[in-house]
Formats: sequence, structure tokens, C-alpha cells
Amino acid sequence: MTTFELNGRTVSVHSPDDTPLLWVIRDELGLTGTKFGCGIGFCGACTVHVEGRATRSCITPLSAIAAAKITTIEGLDPQGRHPLQIAWLELQVPQCGYCQSGQIMQAATLLMDYPDPSDRDINAIMAGNVCRCMTYVRIRKAIKLTASRMRGGTHHG
Amino acid sequence: MVSLSAHGLRGSPDPSRRGFLIAMVGGGVMLGYARSGLATPATGGASDLFEPTIWYGIDPSGVVTVNIIRAEMGQHVGTALARIVADELEADWNRVKTVTVDSDPKWGLMVTGGSWSVWQSFPLLSRAGAAGRIALVEEGAKLLGVSPQSCTARNGAVHAKGKSISYGEIVARGDLRRTFTPEQLQKMPIKPPAERRLIGKDVVALDVPSKVNGKARYGLDAAVDGMIYARPIIPPTRYGSKAISIDDSAAKHLPGYIQSVALDDPSGTIPGWVMVYADTFTAANRAADLVKVKWQSGKTANVSEQDIQQRAAELIADAKGGSLFVNDPGVDAALASSKSKIERTYTTGTLMHFALEPINALAFEKDGVMEIHTGNQWQSSILPVLAKALRRSQDKIVLRSYLLGGAFGRRLDGDYAVPAALASVAIGGKPVKMVCARVDDMRFDCPRSPSRQVLRLGWGDGNRVAAMDHHAAAGWPTATIAPYFLGKDAKGAPYDPFAISGADHWYNVGAHRVRALHNDLADRTFRSGYLRSVSAGWTSWAVESFMDEVAHEAGVDPVAFRLRLLDGAGRNSGSAPNSVGGAHRQAAVLARCAQKAGWGGAMPMDVGLGIASTFGQERTMPTWIACAARVRVERTSGHVAVEKLTIVVDAGTIIHPDSAAAQVEGAALWGLSTALYEGTEFTKGQPKDTNLDSYRVLRMGETPEMDIEFIPRTETPVGLGEPATTAVAPAIGNAIFAATGARVRDLPIRPQAVLAALARVA
Repeated sequence: MTTFELNGRTVSVHSPDDTPLLWVIRDELGLTGTKFGCGIGFCGACTVHVEGRATRSCITPLSAIAAAKITTIEGLDPQGRHPLQIAWLELQVPQCGYCQSGQIMQAATLLMDYPDPSDRDINAIMAGNVCRCMTYVRIRKAIKLTASRMRGGTHHG
Repeated sequence: MVSLSAHGLRGSPDPSRRGFLIAMVGGGVMLGYARSGLATPATGGASDLFEPTIWYGIDPSGVVTVNIIRAEMGQHVGTALARIVADELEADWNRVKTVTVDSDPKWGLMVTGGSWSVWQSFPLLSRAGAAGRIALVEEGAKLLGVSPQSCTARNGAVHAKGKSISYGEIVARGDLRRTFTPEQLQKMPIKPPAERRLIGKDVVALDVPSKVNGKARYGLDAAVDGMIYARPIIPPTRYGSKAISIDDSAAKHLPGYIQSVALDDPSGTIPGWVMVYADTFTAANRAADLVKVKWQSGKTANVSEQDIQQRAAELIADAKGGSLFVNDPGVDAALASSKSKIERTYTTGTLMHFALEPINALAFEKDGVMEIHTGNQWQSSILPVLAKALRRSQDKIVLRSYLLGGAFGRRLDGDYAVPAALASVAIGGKPVKMVCARVDDMRFDCPRSPSRQVLRLGWGDGNRVAAMDHHAAAGWPTATIAPYFLGKDAKGAPYDPFAISGADHWYNVGAHRVRALHNDLADRTFRSGYLRSVSAGWTSWAVESFMDEVAHEAGVDPVAFRLRLLDGAGRNSGSAPNSVGGAHRQAAVLARCAQKAGWGGAMPMDVGLGIASTFGQERTMPTWIACAARVRVERTSGHVAVEKLTIVVDAGTIIHPDSAAAQVEGAALWGLSTALYEGTEFTKGQPKDTNLDSYRVLRMGETPEMDIEFIPRTETPVGLGEPATTAVAPAIGNAIFAATGARVRDLPIRPQAVLAALARVA
């Protein structure tokens, strides 16, 4: 049995130690907002936060996160009103939507590290998140809008 | 020229030949077209007579529920369709819901593709909305004690002389039963564009909120109690493989592993498949890598990409074969007497869908019905196949709808429902969730076939184009998936409209001939599929690259050259309702795009502006597109960076502007991704690249600046999900030429090919 914290709640799971965190979250704990895309950490659809850092859950074994704090899209904000989620809605970012949980989770750590991200920062950090509907233009816009709001409305250089 | 309506492919219920019924059902009211012509008006109990294809209902609280038969895969189609109904109905948008329905014969043809949804549904749904409004006004007037003429319907209520009554109250208190004859429907007073209150206005799409909080439910998220998981082991060839032996000794120690079974498929959809069952996906996933299967493989185990191209070249070289998709008289004579001629060959390589949600389906038997839970684009095409595979009638099979985690045409081919259902049958109908790992998804993809095209053009007197001859060979998806939809030329030779459309362009080139050839080797090696913009994704590559080459050879500006050919003469004059204005509308988007992009202006060294213009996909539903690409070519590496895409679109009436813009953004970037980054090749009968470690796709940093403009129009709304893909690759190719003088003729455009083209110029 492995115990960890998921979205603020302590959970104990029975999956074998080498089970990827993605499938523990989805199949054993029933939170399906985190998605399976490539299975090798190259698409970012499975991105969750481990101790606040964006992590590819499809290649993270359960054993590596024992006792850690995990946040998924369902726990990013209790009401689903994280500033990124609001911007994503306002700018109508999602198309099929399948990658967007991962995009938002990745963007959330991006903004922690770069409160005022340049295009170059966004390109570098979001490069690991694939969107097959190609919503990249709107993702970029939504990240910048959120950053400016979180900084109190000032704009990047 | 192809007319898809002639093939029945536009098979949605045709309102022109059907009556419309409004009936009280379970306290609410339902509105829909009758399944057969209405000979007599409904007079008896609604439940006896009411067997319509129900399009929407209104409950006593006033909530309007619109049934959506189209797959939601990123286009926000439910929102667009519901707004068409709600606008004519004068409904309160805040009280409109959509339901994506499961498969049922009552919906008629269920297909989401071709960018047809809005175009097909607009006349139907706007009349349905108007019929409802008329009935509500009449009944509301009665309840208010006023004449219908004094009433207006607005925002979910009927208003007259300072009084009003809500739709919900009318449904609760009134008797809304009505029938409309086909003639009445034809004359249904559809609002003039100026009175539209929802169409053309932006709103949060109904599917978007659940896509930012993790609540959206895709096929992968479908679950029932007691289900087990399965992952397939895919055989070495798409056809003709047979599992000889299965050795699962290495998997047996895995906790959760259950068994491995060779599936028996009477439909022949998945010959040679072995299914590996386990308690969890992780166990099934790992076990599938450990189970050893020996196959007797089919005949295509050694086919390469080059073999497929070679076969295409042979087919084109043989003047006898194929089907004449466009066949004006006098092509040969005009070419023979031309004072100068130009001939070029263009190819495209194997292209994968790579929808981010890998193919999956949950299947189980419940109350004698095989339920298949999966996102799908063409329920009507796979149900008969499932019936054969499962040896049961179609009414004992249902496809339950989910959101699609990307489709791009992959989920038009519902072949993946077959192994999931058979996997359930193999264990007595118990619930099995089949999930393909990415490598399985790629090996089982129905890729866009490699294509090869040879184009010839002859100049006549007075610098006039006298003739154009176009030969195109590729796999034909329709030949495999829906042979009943193949077209026939004047002599009865078949062609796949989805493997040639786009070649029948709107340029006046004198005598024009297009010959479609079926690459049989391609379709023996894999199951060729429909991929976003289908054939126009590669016919436009050839036509628009060729137009550029011809113009440059003749020393004419490529924009001016195209504008001259887009004269709107003869068959290119267009026709009502879908192509009013004809080639003149293509000329308009092209001219506007050139102007916006700064065509003719000076460019820095190694930077070029290239332009291309298309009619989207099909002459019967043209979406007029022009794209200018500004690219920078790095001469030492051959690397091409797209700096900016300028796109001008004329798609007639725009229902939901923000979603329309999103579709053009996505489609154009899809065009860019497939032009420069994506693509694979067949080696030993299999696609070489099976995951993102080697299959490149467009990512954030390669996304250029985009400037998209829609020409304001009130004509028939046409498609938007795909058309913008068609113009991007040729615009990039033409821009590479403009930057460097080097011409590329093969998609995808790899740096090595650019270096080789540069070397030829030097």
C-alpha cells in the first residue's frame, strides 16, 4: 500500500509500486481529468504537480511519489476558478480539450517560475505539451493574460 | 465533376421531402421531421403517430434540449447547431442544452466529417427552429387571448401588448401538437440575416467549461463496474496475418494478467489480432509486451514507401487505367499544339493522424445489446461491419457517444470498435475496455496514403493557358471503408471522391482533364484513411505549387496569374446556393490576402513570401481560402521557419465567429505541421515512426504569428474544420522558392530536401 496526498486529501492505494502514477490516479482513484497520450512523457497530456512541480505522471512510478503532495487538474483550484482556468474559458482555448488539463498544469508552474514570461520562456516551457488541435496561439495568449492579471495588470516589457 | 448528393452521402433527412411534427411527449414537447412523408396530418395520440427524427424538445420549465448527432471533437459543433435552432426559435440561449446522442437508426446518417456539419444542418435546423417558433406564437397567443399577428417571440417567451408568456408555460398549459407539410416547410419564414440574434455572435461554447476543469468525459474515461482491460498485439501486416501460436509464459507472473486470446473476426477487419486481458491497463500494457505471438503474415510484410511510390508511378505511366474525374474534350490536341508546355511531378508521403487520445473502446453486452462506448465520427459506416463481426443484427448493437480526444478523420474509420466488441464476446460479453498504447494506435492507424501526381500544362496563343492534364495516384479510403460511396466517371470507372477532390479547381485552364488512379499496393499494405481535408490536403499541394511554377516559368506574377485564371467563366461561375459567385470569390480572398501580407514588397535575405489559394475541399461546398506564408530558410541546414501565416477566408455566413476563427487557426497550423514536421514512411509493411520520440509534430515554439480574416458574407454557411489546411503547404513551398529560388515538390518538406533543392539551384 502506498500513501500520498492527492488534491489535499490523504489517499492510500493498492496498485503495485511500479504502476505509473497516471493509471493510479485514473483507474484506482477515478480522477480522469489527467490524460494518457504517448506513454513516454513526450506529449504532456498526463501532467500533474508533484510537490508543486509539473511532472509527467505516465512515466512516474507510484514508488517515487510515496508521501508526496500530488495535485491534478481537479485540485488546481477547489472551484475550478484558477486564473488560468478563467483565462482558458475567456479565450476559448480548448478545442477537443484532451491535452488541456496538462497544458493548464504545465502553465501553472510556468507562472510560478516566470511571473512575467516572455514568448521565449513560454516556448521553452510549453514545448513539452502537444496540442493536436493546434490551440497554441490561444494557449500563449491565455498564459500572458493570466500572468498580467496575477501581477496586477502590468504588462510584459 | 462529383456531386456527393448524388451518392446519397449528404444523407441527412431532407426537409424538402419530409413533413415536420410537433408532439407532446411526457409533459414536454418534441419537434422533429417525420421519418417518411406525411400523407395525413397527425390527429391521434402523439405516441402513435410520432416517430420522427427528433431534433429538439422543450420541457415545461422552458429548457430547450437540442439533440446533436455530430461528434464533438474540437469544433464546438453542438454549440453551432444549437444556435441555428435557437436563433429561429427565438429561444433564451441561457436555457438551451445539447445532448450528443447515441447511435440509432432514427437519426439517419450519422457522420461527422467533410466539414459538412453546419452546411448540411443549417437549412434543416433553421426550419425546425422556425416551425417551433410559429407553433409557440400561435399557442401563446391563444393563452394570452390575443391574435398571433400581435405577438412577437423573443428570448424564450411570446410577447404581446405588454403581456408575455414563457415557452415553458406554453408547453405546460397549451396544446402544441402541429404538423407542417413539406410545402409549408419549404416556405418557412426564415429570418433575414439582419434579424439574427445568435448567429454571428460569440458565446462560450457549451463544451468548453468541462474542458478546463477535468470533468469532460472522453472515450478513454468510459467505465462500468466489473470491467477488465485489454491491450491488443497487432500483427505484422494489416491484412492476411494469422496468429499461429501464443506464448504468454513471460506474462504469467505479472499481477493482474488474465489471458491472451486470438480474436476471431468474421468481418475481416482485424485479421490476426491477439488481445491481452488484465485487471488493470498497466498490467495489460506490460503483459502485451511480454506475450510472444507467432504469425503467418500477409503478403505485404516487406512493402516499403518506395514500393508504394513506384506503384503510383507505374499507374500514372499507363495511359489506360483509372477514372476521368474531369474530362473536357480536346486536352490531348491542345497539349500537342501548345507552343510551350510544362510538366511537374509532386508527391506526398505517409501521414499519420496521431489524435492525442489513443484509440480505445469499452464494450459489453447488456440486455441482449452489445454496447460499445467510444468516440466515433461515422457510426453509420461501422455498424454494418460490427453486425458482421459480431454475427448479430444492427439493432442489437449501440454505439454510445463520448467526446473525442482529437479525430482529424481517424475516427471516421470505426474499425477499432470491432476488436473491442470481439474482446468482450470472447469472454462471454463481459465488459472489456480496450486501450491501445500509442505504438498500437500508430500501427493500427488508417494513414493518409502516399500520393503521386503528374501535372502538365500547355500554353496556347496570346499567352493563354490552353490545357491542363492532371494524373493522381493514391490509396482510396472509400474503396475500403464505404465502397458504396465511390463515384463513377462517364464510362462507369470508379473513383474515390475523397482521393481526388481538390484537383477539380476553379481556374480556367482551357481544356482540363483529371485522372484518378487507385494505388492498389497502398490499400493492400494498410487501410488508407481520411485525414483532415482528405485529398485536398495533397491535390492542393500539387495544383498550387504547379500554379506557382507555371507563373514563374512564364515570368508572370503568381498572384496576377491566378487572378487571371479565376475569371468565373463557364462552370466556374458558381451556382446557388452553395457556390454563388464561383471563382470570383476565390479571386477576392486571394487579392485580399496578397494585399494584407504585403505581396510584392521587399523581403530580407533568405526570407520569402509564398501564396496559395484553394476552394477548400469540394466544388459542391467551396470554402474560399487564401494563405500567404512568410518563411525564412537557413541555407546551411535547410531548416525552414515559418514566421507568419496570413489567411483570408470566405465561408459564407459564419454561425459562431470565435469557433470559426479557432478552426481556421487549428486547420492552418495542422497544414503547417504536416508540411514541415509530420509524416512517416512504410518500411517492412509498417509505419516507421510509432511515437513522439521520432514522429515530429508542431509544438508551441514553431507556431508562427497568424493573421486571419473572414470576408463578411450572408451566403450559405459552408465548412471550416478542414479547408484552411489545404493552402498552407503550397504557400510554404512557394515561399521557399521565393526566398531561395529552390523548388521543393515533395511533402513533408525535410531539411535534406531543401538542401538538395538549393544545391540544384546553385
